[in-house]
Amino acid sequence: MTVTTEKPEQVPAVERPAPADSTREVGRTQVVAAILALWLVLFALLKGRQTLSLAAADLTELHWWFNDVNDSVGASRNSNPLFLYVFNEIRLVIDNLVTFVQHLISQPSAGRPVPQIGWLGVVGIAGYVSWAVGNWRVALLAVAGFTFFGLQGLWQESMDTLALILCAMLVALLFAIPLGVWAGLSDRFNRIVTPLLDFMQTMPTFVYLAPLTLVFLIGPASAVIATVIYAAPPAIRITAHAIRSVPGTTVEAAHSMGATRGQSLRKVLLPMSRRTVVMGVNQSIMAALAMVTIAALIDAPGLGKTVVQALQSLDVGTAFNAGLAIVVMAIVLDRVTTAAGDREKNARRPDNRFAVRRRQLLGAGAVVTAVPVYLSHTYLWAAEFPGDGTAGGHIARTADTVTVWAQDNLSGITNAFRDGITNGLLNPFQSLLTNSPWWLVGAVLIAFGVVLGGVRAGLTTAVCVGLLFGTGVWSDAMATTASTLVATVLVMAFGVVLGVWMGRSMPVDRVLRPTLDAAQVMPPFVYLVPFLALFGATRFTAIVAAVVYAAPVAIKIIADGIRAVPGATVEAATSAGCNTWQIITKVQLPMSRGALTLATNQGLIYVLSMVVVGGLVGAGGLGYDVVAGFSQGELYGKGLAAGLAIVLLGVTFDRITQAAARRTGA
Amino acid sequence: MAPHWRAGAAVLAALGLTLTACGGAKVGEDGAGGSAAGSGECGTFDLAVNPWVGYEANAAVIAYVAEKELGCDVKRKNLKEEIAWQGFGTGEVDAVVENWAHDDLKKKYITDQKTAVDAGPTGNEGLIGWYVPPWLAEEHPDILDWRNLDTYADRFRTSESGGKGQLLDGDPSFVTNDEALVNNLELDYKVVYAGSETALIQAFRKAEKDREWMIGYFYEPQWFMSEVPLKKVKLPAYEEGCDADPQKIACDYPVYELDKIVSAKFAESGSPAYDLVKNFHWTNEDQNIVAKYIAVDRMTPEAAAEKWVGANRAKVDAWIG
Repeated sequence: MTVTTEKPEQVPAVERPAPADSTREVGRTQVVAAILALWLVLFALLKGRQTLSLAAADLTELHWWFNDVNDSVGASRNSNPLFLYVFNEIRLVIDNLVTFVQHLISQPSAGRPVPQIGWLGVVGIAGYVSWAVGNWRVALLAVAGFTFFGLQGLWQESMDTLALILCAMLVALLFAIPLGVWAGLSDRFNRIVTPLLDFMQTMPTFVYLAPLTLVFLIGPASAVIATVIYAAPPAIRITAHAIRSVPGTTVEAAHSMGATRGQSLRKVLLPMSRRTVVMGVNQSIMAALAMVTIAALIDAPGLGKTVVQALQSLDVGTAFNAGLAIVVMAIVLDRVTTAAGDREKNARRPDNRFAVRRRQLLGAGAVVTAVPVYLSHTYLWAAEFPGDGTAGGHIARTADTVTVWAQDNLSGITNAFRDGITNGLLNPFQSLLTNSPWWLVGAVLIAFGVVLGGVRAGLTTAVCVGLLFGTGVWSDAMATTASTLVATVLVMAFGVVLGVWMGRSMPVDRVLRPTLDAAQVMPPFVYLVPFLALFGATRFTAIVAAVVYAAPVAIKIIADGIRAVPGATVEAATSAGCNTWQIITKVQLPMSRGALTLATNQGLIYVLSMVVVGGLVGAGGLGYDVVAGFSQGELYGKGLAAGLAIVLLGVTFDRITQAAARRTGA
Repeated sequence: MAPHWRAGAAVLAALGLTLTACGGAKVGEDGAGGSAAGSGECGTFDLAVNPWVGYEANAAVIAYVAEKELGCDVKRKNLKEEIAWQGFGTGEVDAVVENWAHDDLKKKYITDQKTAVDAGPTGNEGLIGWYVPPWLAEEHPDILDWRNLDTYADRFRTSESGGKGQLLDGDPSFVTNDEALVNNLELDYKVVYAGSETALIQAFRKAEKDREWMIGYFYEPQWFMSEVPLKKVKLPAYEEGCDADPQKIACDYPVYELDKIVSAKFAESGSPAYDLVKNFHWTNEDQNIVAKYIAVDRMTPEAAAEKWVGANRAKVDAWIG
C-alpha cells in the first residue's frame, strides 16, 4: 500500500538471464567474500580500538551547537519578521482551513451542539464520491467502512482524523503536483529535489515535532504541516515518474504540430500521466495515515489521541479498537483511490454516449445525496450516531482476551526463538560493527558500495560515512545498522516465502492482502504491547516490529514480480517436466530478480523508518537517542544528530541497493 | 433505461421527505448541549495534559472543578512536557499541573524568558529509583540493599546485557543517573534502555507473573503500583549536592517535590482558574485513587474526577474557597 506502486514500471516485464554477465557475477561474489575475510582478520587484530562509543548522557560539540540554535530560534520568535509575516500567516490559513472542515463534519459549530453535517450525510457523501470517482463496489465499501466507525463508538474521532487527513492532502497536493511536474520535466531540478525528498521521508518525525510547534504553535497547523512533510514526497516522486514515462515520441509529435510548452503539458503530458498521478495521491494518503498517532503528541485531534491515551494505561483493547478504525479508513481510501486510478485508465476510450449518460447519473446521484445531508443537518438522529458503540466494546474486549491468551501461552516458545536469533546472529554481527575501529567499518562500507553499486555509489557512501562520523553518534549508528540488517534479512525471508505463495495463487492474494495492509497502517504500539510481553524490552522486539511493518512491502513487490513472469515460460517449464519446487527456484525467482532487489531496497528503507519505534521498545542505538532528544531539552541536539545519522544510513543503503538493482536488471 | 434512474431518484426523494415529516427531534430544538458553561468570568483555561496517568488524574480533577464550579471553558491540550513548556511563551498553555523537577526548563522559561512562574507544590512527592518485583523482594529480602546486588548479578543476565546483570531503564522523559551510578558504585551491571514506560511496565508485570528476575528504574506515584506494588532498592542516601557532578553521582535520587507551573500571563490575569491551580494540593493517596479509576477501572477522566470530587468535598472547597 505504500511506495510499492512505482515498482511495476521499474521492473522490466521480461528478463532474460544474460549468460555474459554470469562471469562478472561470480567475480563480484568473490570480491565481497574477500572484503569480509579481510574485515574479520583486521577485526581480530584491532578489536575495541577507536570505536567512538558515546554514553547515553554524553554530548559532543555539535550536539551543544544544535541546542543553541534551537534555543535562539525560540527566543527570536516574537521579533523575527520571518515569524511575524510568513510563518504566522501560513499558520492562520491552515488553522482556519482545518477548523472549517472540522465544523463541517466533526466538531460542534456556530451555536449548534453538532457539526453541520451529521453521520448520515457524511456516509452519503462518502458513498457518492467513491462511486463518482471509482465504481459502485468501492462505494459500498466506503459506506460500510464509515458506518463501522460509528458502530465502534468512534464517529467523532474518526471524523477529526478524516478532517486532518483531507486538509493535509489538500495542502500537500497543492505543492506536490506542480513540484512533481517540474521534477518530471527538468533533470536538474530532479537531482536537487531527490535528496531533499529522501530527507523528508527518512528524518524521524520526533526530531522536528518540537521545533515545528515552536514555529507554527500548538494546534492543527503544526499537525497538518508535520503530516505534509512526511506525506508529500511520494506524490512528488510518483508525479515526476509519471511525467517521465510519457513516451518521448508523443511529446515530439505534439511539438511538431506546433504545440507550445504549456500546451503540450496541459494537453499531452498531464492527461497521459493522470493514472499514475492518482497512484501518487494514494501513496500520500497512506503516508498521512501513518502520522495519525505521532501528530497526537502535539494535540492533533482524532483517533491518534485515543490510541495514545489508551496506551498510557496499557489498555490494548481500546487502542486496538481505535487502531482498527485507522486501518479501515486506510483500506477505504486506498481502494477508492485505486479504483479512481483504474477508471482514469479506462476512461480514455472515446465513448461519448457513455459520457453523457454518466453525467446524468452523477447529477442524479448528487440530488439523492443531498437528502441525507439535509436530514443530518436538521435532525438529531441523523446528526449523532445512534447507540453507544457496543461493537467497539466487543472488539476491545476480544483484543484484550487474545492478547492475554498469547502472553500466557506463547512466551516459552518465543523466548527460545528470541535467544536463538539474538545470540546466533545479532550479537556477533553487532559486535563486529561496534567493536571494529570506525575507519575500518567505513572503509568496508565504501568498498561494498563500489563493488555492488559502482563508483558513483561508492562516492556517495564515502560522503555519507564522513558525515556519519561527524554526527558524533557513530557507535549507536553501528548498533542500529546491525539490527537493521538482521531485520532486513528476516523481511526478505518472509518476502520470498509469502510473496511466491501470493504470486502463484490469486485466492491467497485476496486473503493476505488486507492483512498486509492492516500491518502497515496499524499504529505499531497496539501490537507492540503484546510483543513486549512475549519478548521483553529487547532489540529483538524492535526487530519484530520492523519486520511486521516492512515485510508487507517486500511481500507485495515479490508477488507482483512473480506474477509478471510470462505464463508461457512457466507452461514451457511444466511441460519439460519441472516440478513445482523447480519452477519456483529455477524459473520464477530468477526471472523476478529485479523485483527481489527492489524488495530489498524498499525493505531496508521501511525497516529504517521503524528505528525510532524500535528505540521505544528496547532497541537502544539511534532510535533511543531520537526518543530521548524529543523528551529532554538537553538531549535535543543529540537527538537531531541521531536523526541525521538515520537519514545518512538510509541514503547509503538506498543508493547501494538501487545501483545494484540497476546492474542486475541491466 | 433512462426512466429507471429517474424513478429511483423520485422514490428516494419521496422517502427522504417522508422521513423529514416524521423525523424526530430537530437540532437545536430542545437546546440540547447548548451549555452555558464558559460564560462566567473565568473564560478560557488552556490546560496542558502530559502523557502519563498520574498527570491525567491531576488534570482531570482540576478541569472538572474549573468547569463545574467556576464555569471555565477548559481546553485540554495533550502535549509532551517540553512542548507544553514552549506553550507558555507562545500563549497557548496556561498551566502544567504536575512537574517533575526539570531544572533546565525552569531556568529557560522562568529565569531567562520570564514567560512562566512557579505555582507551588501539588502535595505529591515523587520518588525515583531502582525497583524489583514483590516476589523477589519477598524471597530475597537482602536484595533491597544495593551492596548485595552484585551477588545476584548473574541472575539478572539477559540477551541484551552482554554477560552482566541487566538494569532496565525506561522512559527517557525522566532524569536518569543510572549509568554513572552503576560505574561509581562499581556494580557488575549494564544499563539497558527499554525506551518507554509501556515497555517498563510490561517487563515488571511479566516478571511478577512468571517470577522472573528483574531490576529496573521506576518511579512513584504511578498507577501501576496499585497493580503490582514494586519494592524499592536502597541506594546510598541522597545528600544535598551529591548529584552536583553528573559524572560522579554515587547516591540515590532526591525526593522530588512535584509542583505546578503556570504562564506569567495567566498568573496576572485574575482568572479564578489561576487561584484554583495555585491552591490545588492533595496527597499521593488521592492521586493514586483517581489514577486507579482511570487506568485500572477504565473510567473516563471526567467520570473519575466526578467520583473523587463527590467523595472529597471538603478538599475541593478549600481550593476554591
